Amino acid sequence: MTEPAGTMLAVSRLQHRFGSGPDAPTAIGDVSFEVRAGELVCIVGPSGCGKSTLLRTVAGLLSPTGGEVVLHGERVTGVSEDLAVVFQDYSRSLYPWLSVAGNVEFPLRTRLGKAERRARVAEALGMVGLGGQGGKRPWQLSGGMQQRVSIARALAYRPALMLMDEPFASLDAQTRADLEDLLLRVRAEHRTTILLVTHDIDESVYLSDRVLVLSKSPATVLKTLDVDLPVERDQVVTRGSAEFVRLRTEVAKLVHS
Amino acid sequence: MLRRVVRGVIGFAGFLLVWELFSRSGVVREEFLPPPTTVFARLAVLLTEPPFVADVVATVLAWLIAVVIASAIAVPLGLLLGSVPSVAAASRALVEFLRPIPSVALIPLVIVLLGVGPETKITLAVYASLWPLLFNTIYAMSEIDPVQVDTARAFGLSRSRILWTVQLPHAAPFVMTGVRISASIALILVISTELLAGGSGGLGQVIFDAGAGGGRMDIVLSATLVAGVIGFLGNAALEKVQRRWLGWDDQIDAGR
Repeated sequence: MTEPAGTMLAVSRLQHRFGSGPDAPTAIGDVSFEVRAGELVCIVGPSGCGKSTLLRTVAGLLSPTGGEVVLHGERVTGVSEDLAVVFQDYSRSLYPWLSVAGNVEFPLRTRLGKAERRARVAEALGMVGLGGQGGKRPWQLSGGMQQRVSIARALAYRPALMLMDEPFASLDAQTRADLEDLLLRVRAEHRTTILLVTHDIDESVYLSDRVLVLSKSPATVLKTLDVDLPVERDQVVTRGSAEFVRLRTEVAKLVHS
Repeated sequence: MLRRVVRGVIGFAGFLLVWELFSRSGVVREEFLPPPTTVFARLAVLLTEPPFVADVVATVLAWLIAVVIASAIAVPLGLLLGSVPSVAAASRALVEFLRPIPSVALIPLVIVLLGVGPETKITLAVYASLWPLLFNTIYAMSEIDPVQVDTARAFGLSRSRILWTVQLPHAAPFVMTGVRISASIALILVISTELLAGGSGGLGQVIFDAGAGGGRMDIVLSATLVAGVIGFLGNAALEKVQRRWLGWDDQIDAGR
C-alpha cells in the first residue's frame, strides 16, 4: 500500500477520565501528537501513566472524554475499520477454537472472498516466518510464535495504522529481540504505519523513528524525540552506538523525572 | 486407554461377582435380591417382548425430547441473561428461589395440571434440567476474557457478529458440560415421574408395576439396569461430541 506521505494519525487535546464528576480519576490529561504515514512511533512512559488507556482510546475501544482522534483525515468515533491492534496478551487475544490460519483469517471473514482471504493469510504467515504452521492451534505454539500469529493477523488486515500495546513485554529477551527485528523488517517491506506503546526505554529507541515520552498520570506529552539512527538497525551495533546511548539516556531521564 | 478399559471391566465383573455371591448366600431371600445371572436371563427375555421394548422407547423418547426442549430454552436465555447485566440482576432473585425446589415435589402439581400423559414427565424433566444448563451458560458468558472481545471489537466486528463468532464458541464447552449434567437429571425425572404418576408407560412404570407388593424383583432390576445403560450411553455420546468438537478446551487447560 502506498499512502501519500502526510499525516496518518492526528491526536489533539485528547483527555480521558474514568467515570464522571469532579473526583473522577484522570488517566490522560491532555495529549496531542501526530503520526505520519509510514512512521513507527513509540510511546514510552512510567508504569501506570495511562499509555495503554491512550492506545485504547486511539483504537476506539474507549471513548475520549475530551479532544479528538483523526485517522487519515477522518474523525474517529467508535472503532475505525482501518485499524488493527496487537495486544500484549497474545494467549488471550488469539482464539483457541480456531487454527492459526483461522485466527489470521478471522477479521477478514466479512470483508473478502474466500480465495483472497486464503492468499492474504498465507502471505501474512510467511511474513512472520510461520509459513506451513497455519493448521496448528495457537496453544500448540510457543509464546513468541503466538505473538507472531497476532502480528500476522494485524498485517493480513492491511490496516492504515497498526496499534501495538506492549507487544513484546511478555516474551523472553531473545524472543523479544527476534520479534523487534521482525517488526522492523516487515514494516520496511510494507510501509506499515505503527504506533507502539512500551515501558521498555531501550526498545522504544531501538524501534522508533520518533519517541513520545509521556509524563506520570495524568499523562501529557513531556517530549518528542526524533531518533536519528540509521534505518538499518542491529541489536548489537545499534544498541552500542553513541547516538543510541545518548537517546536512551535522555528518555530514561525524562521517564524517571 | 486399553488398561483403563480392562480395569473398568475387572471392577464391573468384581461387582457382579459380589452381588451373585451375596444373593446366593441366603442372607436375604433370593426373590428380594435376585443374583445377576437371574436378572440378566430375565432381561434377555424382556428385550424380546414388544411391550417392554415399547416402554424403553417411551422413556428414551421422553428423555430426548426433554433434553432438546431444555437446551432450546436454557441456552438462548443464558446467553441473554449473561450478556445483559441488568436483566441478569432482575432475574436472579426469581431464579435463586425456583432453583432449589426439588422437582420431584412438583409431580402432584403437574399431574393435576397436565394429567398423566407423556407431557407431564417431559415438563418436569425440562423444568429440572433447565437450571444447570442455564447457570453454565450464564457463567460462560460472564467469564469471557475481555481481551477476546476487545480483539474482535478492535477489528470492527459488530456486536451480533461478536456474539456468534467469539462469545458462542467461547461458551460452547461450558454449555456442553451443562447439557451433560442436564441430561442425567432429565433421565432421573422422567423415570421418577413414570414411577409416581404411571399412565404413560416407560421404565418407571415397569419398575413400579413389577415391584408392587414385593413381586418381581428380577424385572425391577432388569428395568433399572436398562435405565442405567441409557444414562451411561447418553453421557458417553455427549462426551464424545464434546471431545470431537470442543477438544481445544481440554488442550489449553492441560497446557496452562
